[in-house]
Amino acid sequence: MTPGQIVQEQFSQQMIEAHDFRGDQTLIIQAPALRAVALFLKEKPELDFNFLMDLTAVDYLFFAGGRVAKAWRFEVVYHFYSLKHNQRLRLKVPVEEKNPEVETLCDLWASANWYEREVWDMFGIRFKGHPNLKRILMYEEFKGHALRKDYPFNKRQPLIGPQY
Amino acid sequence: MNFFTSKLNDALGWARKFSIFQYPFVTACCGMEYMSTAASHYDVDRFGAGFPRFSPRQSDVLFVVGTISQKMAPVLKKVHDQMCDPKWVVAFGVCTCTGGFYDNYATVMGIDTIIPVDIYIPGCPPRPENVIDGLIKLQAKIQKGEQSRTLYDPLTKTGRPADIQ
Repeated sequence: MTPGQIVQEQFSQQMIEAHDFRGDQTLIIQAPALRAVALFLKEKPELDFNFLMDLTAVDYLFFAGGRVAKAWRFEVVYHFYSLKHNQRLRLKVPVEEKNPEVETLCDLWASANWYEREVWDMFGIRFKGHPNLKRILMYEEFKGHALRKDYPFNKRQPLIGPQY
Repeated sequence: MNFFTSKLNDALGWARKFSIFQYPFVTACCGMEYMSTAASHYDVDRFGAGFPRFSPRQSDVLFVVGTISQKMAPVLKKVHDQMCDPKWVVAFGVCTCTGGFYDNYATVMGIDTIIPVDIYIPGCPPRPENVIDGLIKLQAKIQKGEQSRTLYDPLTKTGRPADIQ
């Protein structure tokens, strides 16, 4: 059984979507189940995903020119890797625009700390339980979140010099 | 009397142009090209600029090498303010000249919006020959005792006087 199948079997109720493209498995799960699934991925010996390779987010506003309508605006994307089994798994969690918040994974994978700060900085998604959720790339004075699709691409907020 | 002061200025300019103490403010990929220019093959020491000082208070020429982000801009301004007069600024690479191919939330659209620039060396990154050409042009400017005192205002698309500290 692939890691994706093991997780799907265990969390069939919380699964929204699952697909497998040439061995790259992706699972979309409901946000409340994130902590449980993450713990399962980390602790279960057959999975043993001990490495959080990447954590990022996607803004689906105006996605594909607005032709593809999604029920949610954001997705937080986790890329896990198991050094022991040499296997990868991609996990996605939908996030609503009204309350952009998901649980933190800082205590399970230390690398989540800065990634989650980056996602907060760029997309404005909060991570509940994060020990130090403040901007990591932009300055504190920066207003808004630069990688949201409704942020004008060339809008600048200079700290010094002319405001242009 | 005029004869002597002009001769003195000439001598000062001559001395200054062959003892350029540079401060390399290296932030991005242009730094690689800066290093190859400074190293023995192209050898900027031939032009008296072979001695980088990593303190702004001891340097004459500020080499701004690489993209300057909005977050970095106050730091660059502070480094420039700390340099003693007479001082010159070289914008190395197209990002420092105009912002280059960046037009986004993060990048300063040319460092001449913040500090006055004497020599622009465009290129992405500029070749060492191009850098040396810029250096020779800078030397000519130092010889004449000229310094840039204007900033670029992107709103009016004109120059405005800089407040030099």
